[in-house]
Amino acid sequence: MSADAPSRFAVLLDSDFVYSFRKSRVTLIATLVTVSIIMAALLAPWIAPHDPFDVATLSLLDSELPPAWAEGGDPHFLLGTDNQGRDVLSAILYGSRISLAVGFVSVFFALVAGVAVGLISGYFGGLVDAIFMRIADVMLSFPTILVALLVSGIVRGALPREMHENAALAVLVFAIAITTWVQYARTVRGSTMVERGQEYVLAARLVGRSSASIIFRHILPNVMGPVLVIATINLAMAILIEATLSFLGVGMPPTNPSLGTLIRVGNEYLFSGIWWVVIFPSLTLVVLVLAVNLMGDWLRDALNPKLR
Amino acid sequence: MLAFIVRRLLQAVLVMLAVALIAFAMFRFVGDPVNSMLPEIATTEDRQALRAQLGLDEPIPTQFAKFIGGAVQGEFGISYRNKRPVSDLIVERLPATLELVFAAALFALLMGVPMGVYTALNRHGFVSNLLQIISLIGISVPTFVTGILLILIFSVWLNWLPSFGRGEVVQLGWWSTGLLTISGLKSLVLPSVMLGLFQVTLIMRLVRAEMLEVLRTDFIRFARARGLTDRAVHFGHALRNTLMPVITIAGLQLGSMIAFAIITETVFQWPGMGLLFIQAVSFADIPVMSAYLVLVALIFVVINMIVDLLYFVVDPRLSVGGDRA
Repeated sequence: MSADAPSRFAVLLDSDFVYSFRKSRVTLIATLVTVSIIMAALLAPWIAPHDPFDVATLSLLDSELPPAWAEGGDPHFLLGTDNQGRDVLSAILYGSRISLAVGFVSVFFALVAGVAVGLISGYFGGLVDAIFMRIADVMLSFPTILVALLVSGIVRGALPREMHENAALAVLVFAIAITTWVQYARTVRGSTMVERGQEYVLAARLVGRSSASIIFRHILPNVMGPVLVIATINLAMAILIEATLSFLGVGMPPTNPSLGTLIRVGNEYLFSGIWWVVIFPSLTLVVLVLAVNLMGDWLRDALNPKLR
Repeated sequence: MLAFIVRRLLQAVLVMLAVALIAFAMFRFVGDPVNSMLPEIATTEDRQALRAQLGLDEPIPTQFAKFIGGAVQGEFGISYRNKRPVSDLIVERLPATLELVFAAALFALLMGVPMGVYTALNRHGFVSNLLQIISLIGISVPTFVTGILLILIFSVWLNWLPSFGRGEVVQLGWWSTGLLTISGLKSLVLPSVMLGLFQVTLIMRLVRAEMLEVLRTDFIRFARARGLTDRAVHFGHALRNTLMPVITIAGLQLGSMIAFAIITETVFQWPGMGLLFIQAVSFADIPVMSAYLVLVALIFVVINMIVDLLYFVVDPRLSVGGDRA
């Protein structure tokens, strides 16, 4: 490589992709918001003003304090406290950690499973394809939240009752992943069927590459574009499904709350006029989902050659 | 046409059989039904007796056939939690959910259609832009958060409307209705607004898009050329031609509204099927879960079929192609 050739990074910075990102103010803000929430969640043990799970530091004297700026608020508890004196801001920081963890992990599993099914279905076709796609049809004809509820109910039924609390996170990830792999599979199957007929695939076959090698080394890199878009939008959806399941009481237990659990628990105190315990976690959830969705929308347009 | 109907029916029966198989597998293989139904201290003889009574010692295909036979007659066994026949529980809860869903659908249509028409006719007006932005935010807010906000504002702060239950209900045969009492109607307002709000944005966007499409067509230009008033053109010609897809989508949405009613019913402690289902999920009450699954699948399949058939009635181009296929 000659010395004056631009580095890969410089090429990336100069691309349409980065240009459209810099030009879209909404996307910039959305990304900033998402990244700050993720950073805050990751750093929760260090930046949270209190440890909401350390019973020793809780004091009932501090319970039900309103936010710091309201009358009777305490500057130590910026967003107020709940009925047991837990700091709402700290609870939100730790809760976002769990919400984001469930979101990312379930998107990862759904992506891996969906892409694998899509590649196999699209490349081989035939009976395997027919079976997978019929399953996909049936799953897509019901609302995702219903499928997720059903799966989590079945898994709970199969597990002994004592394990429900400890396995809650795994059950949620499983339920969400199994509900959302379908979209990846459908998209990847479609693009694989197109790629299969391309000349480079024929060439690879002629030089004696195995099917597995053709699928993963040659076709996979060419079908990943749309998968990224689906993954981003599905991250928002996974966070939302997790919050809904936890809110409905079949997700994370109150001992290890996610944002949805916080909203569920806070909802019970709504009538005593303690609105801050439920409103702030809700607000965090809405902002997070909205920001991720906006990023997904932008990504979809930026990667769509028709819109350039 | 006839061939299409037969094929469509066959497809529906196949889907239902698949769902029934899942429901049966849930009942038979998830946990042990005998252990779930008997107290811990039951003797081995008791277990054997119940096993025989439930037919669990027969071959699996026979059991499945019996399950289908029972399901067709609405029999889904005994709830593990309430120790009552599942069919009784569902019949008790069904009216509450259906009244909620229809009230919500009505609300969505009454709000969504005029808003869609308005935003289509005044595309660049201030109010239109405002409605568009609100609807964008509206679909990003999870429904349970909307519900909590409604309760906070209208029940806690303003104290105008009740926030849980159905109020007083009147029994009409087996159907219990909340539509005939003041407290029943008041209780219906917030839940149906929460359930309908998401659909309002959907219908508004749909009406707007369809209306803009139709307003661009030749027959609208011709109607204007004939000197018809704006009113006649907008409502007599344009709106009438947009309503068909709207009704289709609204119909299809009815099914998902029954599913989303689970969330609404939890927020408002509305004693419908959704609340029953959620309690069943958290207690792993498999008979109730499988009955709910079959019932909701049936509603989905029937609605989808009606919509498909309606298309045939409405669009003559389809029946020509359908006969050839």
